[in-house]
Amino acid sequence: MILLEDVNKTYSQGAPALNGISLKIEKGEFVFIVGNSGSGKSTLIKLLLKELEPTKGRICVNNRDLGKMKRREVPRFRREIGIVFQDFRLLKDRNVYDNIAFAQKVIEKPNRSIKKRVPQVLTQVGLSEKYKSFPKELSGGEQQRVALARALVNGPSILLADEPTGNLDPKNSWEIMKLLEEVNKRGTTVVVVTHNREIVDAMQKRVITMNKGVIVSDEEKGGHYYADKYVSL
Amino acid sequence: MRISTLAYSIRQGLKNIRRNKLFSIASIGTIAACVFLLGIFYAIVTNFTHIVDNAEEQITITVFFTNGNTEEYKAEHEAIGEQILANPDVADIKYTSSQEAWDEYKGVYFGEREELAEGFGDDNPLANSASYTVYLKDIDKQSEVVSFLKGLDGIRDVNYSESTAETLSDFGKLAGYISVGIIIILLAVGIFLISNTIMIGISVRKEEIGIMKLIGATDYFVRSPFVVEGVLIGLVGATIPLVLLYFIYEKIIGYVMSQFSTLQSFIDFLPTNQIFKIMIPIGLLIGAGIGFIGSKISIRKHLRV
Repeated sequence: MILLEDVNKTYSQGAPALNGISLKIEKGEFVFIVGNSGSGKSTLIKLLLKELEPTKGRICVNNRDLGKMKRREVPRFRREIGIVFQDFRLLKDRNVYDNIAFAQKVIEKPNRSIKKRVPQVLTQVGLSEKYKSFPKELSGGEQQRVALARALVNGPSILLADEPTGNLDPKNSWEIMKLLEEVNKRGTTVVVVTHNREIVDAMQKRVITMNKGVIVSDEEKGGHYYADKYVSL
Repeated sequence: MRISTLAYSIRQGLKNIRRNKLFSIASIGTIAACVFLLGIFYAIVTNFTHIVDNAEEQITITVFFTNGNTEEYKAEHEAIGEQILANPDVADIKYTSSQEAWDEYKGVYFGEREELAEGFGDDNPLANSASYTVYLKDIDKQSEVVSFLKGLDGIRDVNYSESTAETLSDFGKLAGYISVGIIIILLAVGIFLISNTIMIGISVRKEEIGIMKLIGATDYFVRSPFVVEGVLIGLVGATIPLVLLYFIYEKIIGYVMSQFSTLQSFIDFLPTNQIFKIMIPIGLLIGAGIGFIGSKISIRKHLRV
């Protein structure tokens, strides 16, 4: 579960990036966060990962108050959250298998369980054939699937996806979205920050629209048209 | 730490060294130079201290009694001896009786021509010259001990050499200050250079570190490969000069002793094994320590993600 209470975030200069955000996302939900550039979406993701500290307000993730969390507790907390970026962020000098295994090595899983778990998650994202390929040999869609597999390999309870289809063509975007939906059906809370109008409209999930650091609409089973009322994208 | 994590850290550490080959070699070279200089310095200072210590042992204070005749005043002398030994700065004392003083004098001045002393018959011209030779724990304390001895009852005269003691003690102090200064400078240079090398490795892997942190790697896990890299560079950098110094030291001591045999009477160099028994662990520890601290310094700010 994700809970934000009156959260403000102001960078050293300029207007606040987030201004009095209150938000509750229940366990197992699928949520889109939409809004144009500078609306505060990325800041929100960074706050949820405790990459940034809020200037004011309270953030709870998985029943843990991030403000009270000690620095040394952050790594363990992040292991409960999977993250997917627009630019994939794969390690270029390692093949598909090693990129995914890396996420398990980082949390010091024994080799035995890594060898068992990585093929499972590769099958889940449909890449079991390409486990030896290097990122540069893969298409954008495939790279994003590797990134998704890496996010899922540690079995996170929450998956944050920051513009996961931003660099993909429509076909690959749909494939990624279907995978995210599947992950959600297995019980993982999924939060997707996106610009993709077509997908948001079609999937009919909860849509939170942000503009200039505030939430301007929050609709169950919404479409992108809610965003259109407030924001020109 | 899991064995697989340790293996991972060592593998990554070696990979980093290979990736930044040129800088790794430069760092090894710098640390080698630091340890080499430290080693030379250590050998000089320990030998110097050893020679000074030997010289210090020769410095003693001689105490003569108001009533110096051993035969008559033995008990009084023993009582004074106990008082001197009770002083915490005194290491030991040696009693020379009137007869021993005379025997020694005869030995030194008449040598083999003992007949020259026969004129004295059974008389002992030094009958009143029994004495204590006082050995000090620390020659810095000579003047304190001298005034203590002068203050004792039954003491006629106290003989000592002030200038020798002061010179030796000053030499010892100077050597100490210089060594601390040079060691600090060399260590700082070593740490600075190795942290630069590691910094290059980090900038290459900055993205990777960022990803690691976001997927829940502990600082310790991110840091380990860099620490391994630093410590390995440090150890290799220390081993090379230690091996070189071992052979150089042996050769130099052998050469000096064979070429300038007259030196042997007053200079006593420490044997190679005795020097290196301490220098090898210290050198390796310094190399590894420079690597460890250098890598920790350079990675610290990258962990704040």
